[in-house]
Amino acid sequence: MKIHVELDVVRQTKWYEYALRFLFGGLITATAGIIAKKFGPEIGGLFLAFPAIFPASATLIENHERERKARLGLKGTKRAAQAVSVAAAGAAIGSIGLAAFALAVWKTIPNHSPWLALLGAILVWMTLSVLLWQIRKRFAPLRRRIKRAPVPNE
Amino acid sequence: MSEIVLRFLIGGAVVSAFALLGDLFKPKSFAGLFGAAPSVALATLALTLSLEGARYVATEARSMVVGAIAFFVYASVVSWVMMHYKWRALPVTASSILLWFGVAFGLWCVCLR
Repeated sequence: MKIHVELDVVRQTKWYEYALRFLFGGLITATAGIIAKKFGPEIGGLFLAFPAIFPASATLIENHERERKARLGLKGTKRAAQAVSVAAAGAAIGSIGLAAFALAVWKTIPNHSPWLALLGAILVWMTLSVLLWQIRKRFAPLRRRIKRAPVPNE
Repeated sequence: MSEIVLRFLIGGAVVSAFALLGDLFKPKSFAGLFGAAPSVALATLALTLSLEGARYVATEARSMVVGAIAFFVYASVVSWVMMHYKWRALPVTASSILLWFGVAFGLWCVCLR
């Protein structure tokens, strides 16, 4: 499947789902600041990669998938779980990009223009994440074929 | 107090913007990339940069590398469990956060303390 944009999702999403993500995002950002002030940036920094809104996003994906299947008269439990699993696999790839973002900020910000360093780190996250996603997409069918292949007799 | 409110508002806005981007894209595995976007980091680091300076931000970013590794373990486990057991998303994703805490603080103690 090619990468594309689906605007229907914006209409499908309810206002309280947006509010919930704003609340979680705001809370974790404020908490990370408080923790850094109280325990120092060494501990506070950990929370910059905290999966704050992942549970809310995963629940949203699950609900939308169930609603879609319910319209066809199906339960959709299996499909919803698979959709969440696929999104989590994407997040795992994105987290490698997230580590690269942090590494880029750590190494470049003390010696370069801070705002340029942040911008450069965003580009690193985006490029690496998309690249790794493309690699995984290319090799996933091959891996599935290997798994399905019968084991030859020795 | 006003700094915390500012962090809350900026964090909420940046995280929501990245989450919305994630909603818009298909396929889901690609949209999932935005689940690990540096949204909290951007909101925090930009503010911290203006308040505390670049050295402080670099120290936070060093610990963030460890947090991101913990995120990778967290997301991989959630993906595996959801694919194999078909449980509800909220209990799995919420309870697995304990795993994030374990990996993040464990690695921090071993590598950065």
